[in-house]
Amino acid sequence: MSFPRKIVFYFLLLFSAFLLFFPVLYAFMISFMTGGEIMQGKFFPQTFTLDNYFRVFERLPLMKYLMNSFVVSTGVMIGQLIVCSMSAYAFVFIPFKGRDFIFFLFISTMMIPWEATMIPNFFTIQKLDWTNTYQGLTVPFFALAFGTFLLRQHFKTIPKELFEASQIAGLSRFAFFWRVILPVSKTSLVTLGAYGFLTTWNMYLWPLLVTNNDQVRTVQIGLKQLQSQEVATEWGVVMAGVIVVIIPTLLLLFIGQKQLQKGLTQGALK
Amino acid sequence: MKKSSASFYEKQSFWRKSLNARTALLYLFPSVLLFIVFVFYPMFRTIYLSFFLTDQHGSAALFVGLENYAYILESQAFRNSIKATVLFVLYTVPAGVILALFLALIANEKLKGIGFFRTIYSSTMGISVAASSVVWLFLFHPSIGMFNRLLSLVNLPEVQWLLDPDWALLSVSISTIWLNTGFSFLILLGGLQNIDGYLYESAKIDGAGYWYQLRRITIPMLSPTLFFIITISLINAFQSFGQIDILTKGGPSQATNLIVYSIYREAFVNYQFGTASAQAVFLFLCILIVTIFQFKFGERKVHYQ
Repeated sequence: MSFPRKIVFYFLLLFSAFLLFFPVLYAFMISFMTGGEIMQGKFFPQTFTLDNYFRVFERLPLMKYLMNSFVVSTGVMIGQLIVCSMSAYAFVFIPFKGRDFIFFLFISTMMIPWEATMIPNFFTIQKLDWTNTYQGLTVPFFALAFGTFLLRQHFKTIPKELFEASQIAGLSRFAFFWRVILPVSKTSLVTLGAYGFLTTWNMYLWPLLVTNNDQVRTVQIGLKQLQSQEVATEWGVVMAGVIVVIIPTLLLLFIGQKQLQKGLTQGALK
Repeated sequence: MKKSSASFYEKQSFWRKSLNARTALLYLFPSVLLFIVFVFYPMFRTIYLSFFLTDQHGSAALFVGLENYAYILESQAFRNSIKATVLFVLYTVPAGVILALFLALIANEKLKGIGFFRTIYSSTMGISVAASSVVWLFLFHPSIGMFNRLLSLVNLPEVQWLLDPDWALLSVSISTIWLNTGFSFLILLGGLQNIDGYLYESAKIDGAGYWYQLRRITIPMLSPTLFFIITISLINAFQSFGQIDILTKGGPSQATNLIVYSIYREAFVNYQFGTASAQAVFLFLCILIVTIFQFKFGERKVHYQ
C-alpha cells in the first residue's frame, strides 16, 4: 500500500475508533470524578480515586448481583452446550425418519420472537414456582436453534469414516459423541459458550420479569435500580456501576474476539 | 459425502433403522421438550389468549373473538406504537448496517496494529443494553450531557434529546445503532475475510482501482453476509426493549413506545393480558413477514460461492 493511502486509512481507523469508544472512555473517566467535576464538564478527573467504586458497592448489593449474573450466565452456557451439542449430534450422525420434520421445527423456532411468547412463559415460571430462582432465569434458554445449527455445521465437517471406524472399534454411540466428536469440536463449543455467556450476562427483559427481590437479581437490573435511585446527583457512582458491569464481558470479548468472529460467521452463513 | 453414507446405512436392517429413530429422539429430547414448553406452547397460548378477556392471573375469562384485535387496531396508542416502531427500524437498520460495513472495510486492510482497531470496533458487543443506555442517558442529559455542551460550544441552541417528542426516537436510535455496531461489524468482517484473496489479485493485475474492486468484487461476494446482517438487524429493531425502559419509558407523549415496550406495559403494568397477547401476535406476524420476505426476495439478489 502506498504511503499516502496508509495515512488515509490510519486516519479513518483512529477517528472511528475514537468516536466509537468515546462513550465507554467517557464513562470510565466519569467513574473517577467528584460531583463538582462532572458539573463542570471535565473530561479528565483531577485524581483517580476509587471513591465512587466503594460507594456503588455500598449502595447496592452489587457483589451479590455480580455473583448471580455469573451463576446464571455460566448455567445457561453449560446448559446450551449440552442441549445443543446433543441435538446437533443427532442431526448429523443419526439418520432417522422424520429428521427433516424435526429440523423444520428447529428452524421455525427462530421465527418466533421471544418477546411474543413472554406472557405465557411468565405464567409458566410462576406455576413452576420458579420466580426468583436460578432455574427460572436459565432453563428457558437451554435449547437454542442457532446453537444447534452452529455445532451442526462443524459436526458435518467431521469425516463420516471416523464414525464407521468407531463402530468397528466397538465404540458405543454415546462414547463416540463424548470421546470423539466433542473433543474435536472444541473451537465451535468455545464459540457457542462465549456467545451464550455474553448474551445471558447482557439479558435485560427476562430478569426484569422473573425476579422481584435481591435473591437472584442480575447486575443488569441492578443498573436500572442504580440509575433510578442516583440519577439526580451522583453520576460518578452510576458510572462506576456501569464499568463494573461491563468489564467481565469486555474482557471475554477482547480475549475471544477472533474466535467469536470466525465461529459466528460460519454458523450464520453455511 | 451423502452418497457414501446412504449406501452405508442401507445395509442396516429395518430394526436397526427404528433403533436409529429412537436413539435420535433421545438426543433430541431435551431440545424438543424445551422448545415445546417455552416456544410452541406459549406461542399457541398467546394466540389463544388474544381472543379472550383475561383475569389478573392471565387465565382466559371471556371469549371476545376478534374484539381485542379490533380494539388495538383502533386505539391511537397502538397505532402510535406501530408508527414509532417502523420509524425506529428505518432509523436504525440502514444506518447501522452502513456504519458496520464501513468499519469492517477499513478494518480489513492489512496494516500494522489492525487487531487493536478490530477489538475496539467489536467492543460494543460486550456491552449490555442496560449499561449502554445508562451511559447514553448521561450523554443526552439536558444540562450536563456532552451533546448539549458541544452544541453550546458552537453557539447552537440546546436540544432536549430525550424530552422532546421530535427528537426522542432519533436519540434512542442513535444509542441503538452504537450498541449494535459491534455485532454487525464482527459478522461483516468475518464475511470479508472469507472472500478469496485471489479474486483481488487478478483484479489488481487488470489494474482495477479500490472503488471498482469494492463494487465488483467485495459487495457481491459479501452479499450473503449483508443479507444475513440486515435480517438480524431488522428483527433486533423490532425486539428492542431495554433502551426504551431506561432512556424514555416510552415517552415523551408515546413517541418512543416501541411495540415490545407496549406489550410489556399492557401485560405487566395494566394487566390486560388479552390485548397484550393480540399485540404480541401482531409482533410475531411482523417478524414472520420480514423473515419470509427476506428469504424470498433477498436471496435471489445474493451471490453464493
